[in-house]
Amino acid sequence: MHICIRNGRLIDPGSGMDRIGDLYLAEDRIISIDSRPAHFRDDREIDASELIVCPGLVDLSARLREPGLEYMATLESELEAAVAGGITSLACPPDTDPPLDEPGLVEMLKHRARNLDRAQVYPVGALTQGLKGERLTEMVELHDAGCIAFSQADVPIANLHVLMRAMQYAATFGFKVWLRPQDMHLANQGVAHDGETATRLGLPAIPVCAETIALASILALMKETGASVHLCRISSAEGVALVRAAKQQGLPLTCDVSVHHVHLIDMDIGFFDANCHLMPPLRGLADRDALRAGLMDGTIDAICSDHAPVDDDAKLLPFAQAETGATGLELLLPLTLKWAVENRLSLPEALGRITACPARILGIGAGRLAVGAPADLCVFDPDAYWIVSNTELKSQGKNTPFLGMELCGRARFTLIGGHIVYGE
Amino acid sequence: MGIHPQLNRNGELRHLLTTEGLPAAILYHILDTAESFTGVTERDVKKIPLLRGKSVFNLFFEPSTRTRTTFEIAAKRLSADVINLNMAISSQTKGETLLDTVNNLSAMHADMFVVRHNQSGAAHLIARHVGPDIHVINAGDGWHAHPTQALLDMFTIRRYKQDFHALRVAIIGDILHSRVARSQIHALTTLGVPEIRVVAPKTLLPDRIEQLGVHVYHNMAQGLKDVDVLMMLRLQHERMESAHLPSTEEYFKYYGLTPEKLVLARPDAIVMHPGPMNRGVEIDSEVADGNQSVILPQVGFGIAVRMAVMSILAGN
Repeated sequence: MHICIRNGRLIDPGSGMDRIGDLYLAEDRIISIDSRPAHFRDDREIDASELIVCPGLVDLSARLREPGLEYMATLESELEAAVAGGITSLACPPDTDPPLDEPGLVEMLKHRARNLDRAQVYPVGALTQGLKGERLTEMVELHDAGCIAFSQADVPIANLHVLMRAMQYAATFGFKVWLRPQDMHLANQGVAHDGETATRLGLPAIPVCAETIALASILALMKETGASVHLCRISSAEGVALVRAAKQQGLPLTCDVSVHHVHLIDMDIGFFDANCHLMPPLRGLADRDALRAGLMDGTIDAICSDHAPVDDDAKLLPFAQAETGATGLELLLPLTLKWAVENRLSLPEALGRITACPARILGIGAGRLAVGAPADLCVFDPDAYWIVSNTELKSQGKNTPFLGMELCGRARFTLIGGHIVYGE
Repeated sequence: MGIHPQLNRNGELRHLLTTEGLPAAILYHILDTAESFTGVTERDVKKIPLLRGKSVFNLFFEPSTRTRTTFEIAAKRLSADVINLNMAISSQTKGETLLDTVNNLSAMHADMFVVRHNQSGAAHLIARHVGPDIHVINAGDGWHAHPTQALLDMFTIRRYKQDFHALRVAIIGDILHSRVARSQIHALTTLGVPEIRVVAPKTLLPDRIEQLGVHVYHNMAQGLKDVDVLMMLRLQHERMESAHLPSTEEYFKYYGLTPEKLVLARPDAIVMHPGPMNRGVEIDSEVADGNQSVILPQVGFGIAVRMAVMSILAGN
């Protein structure tokens, strides 16, 4: 398949390229920019005038709910949603049922995803068996089966000795450990940020120290073990400050934030909106501002969708009993663009947080627009206004705090490996 | 959510879910209406026909004797049909969801749901999903709100103290887990009480409670000084297991209301308690039964206030 994308605004966040031009794709690669290669005969031409052509989005946290939780979502529905959102690569956490703690499960997932020929799926393997925080998984086997890193998903390890051994073992083989910092005892049964909203609504609270204490433990264990760590979905101003200091010390640390936390705060819970029941909890305004500042100065490397499709029934419950999470694959692009506008950020800088930076964290070749790079692309209309609604969302989960809101920016074409997987 | 969850388009009460954000005019309207109902209780024929032909469903997902009974009496005095459902041992345990239960009961032509649930926000959830002709009264949701209790407390205060604008009120005890305290604070601030104090150890106070407009005291002697109204809260025994407190004995020593501590308040101060009381834990029997206690009258006012709320909702 030979495709020519003409007249698009080409943005490559990694190199800072931002200009109108043509892109030539052959097989699964970008083979030329601007100059038509000799003997190039396109099977398909895409007119990208008024559109932006950037690397396909790379999402560091998307729950696909397979295996085991198909009542919430399926691989088919969620990978369709991913490409509709311009996402071409995604990492899925191991909190499936059963958890991704055996090579067979990982191979099956990879196999199913490959057959669907949609977004590239990069499984994150379980760090401990059954995510129980007791015994290590066969990390090397899991790695060979396709796991790109190891994590506990949302289940913290109570026993720091086990965490230390897990990090040591991972470091032995150069595997990255992904951790979401939250102390399970301090989080207790909490469902909202410890602040005015939780106090008003009478909701059990999670103090900021649940994050900072876990973070301090992780940082100390990094020094002890030499493991490199990716921090998932940091939520607080004090957490950002700890990460900033650790990076200045040169610790091998990367960090992401969920796109919801870039925009929303605890007050958005309003009168118990279960779609705002997220984990980590939405925190205060000062925390949100600190997360944005952390993104600006590079303390936070990437924005993820923290995609968590939930069936309607599981959200139609009193706030604390409602399942946590929000659907996010189709909102990652427009919400990142919204942040860019609000913080007066250039498009290449903003798009870098959802393309080049997360690709680097995953250690994959995607996330760049250059000759020889994979032809994983997102062609989007930056001026397309649309209203988030049940019918517009392709994800099986319709649970999002942004339901009914108008957002700007929508993928027109998504290409993976040189094939058009979304767009007519 | 743009619209207020408990008012209709005309700004009238459609549901009673919380005292937060309720205009003072509505609070006074409820108190005045309750005043007019206090006579009914003393009459020979204790019924008035305001809710004749209406069905009131008491949905109690959490055990309660006092609140459920006073709601039942109030509804019956207004001539409503009352159906009591003890949901703690009913369909919920069979896996039916809260909204399924409510939908099924709606199909039985309920006009009003009185809901008690152990989860904050349960009454809001139900109110959001019932049909346009059904009214929801929150009879206590988790730690969040217990508006009729707060209203009967306001009624009691007005009975004994008249003017809200010249009062010093102290709420004493487990504020963190108390839906009563939250509802009291919102009602007191709306009615213009200039000084509201909360008195508790740090373990029983939620973060940033000051934002609700109260002054925080950890010391009873300071917190009670010159107050006009003392509102005691019930202490649950599970607070000892969850590391909030060491023992009921130590709690009583520092935060229990004894005659010695009561003298620090104004001599004409009144003592209130939402019940059920733990004598010797948060309150000494001598105070509970003493001449400054208005705890028993509170219970009686509860019927009139609940009649007022139901009749106002049915009329809107």
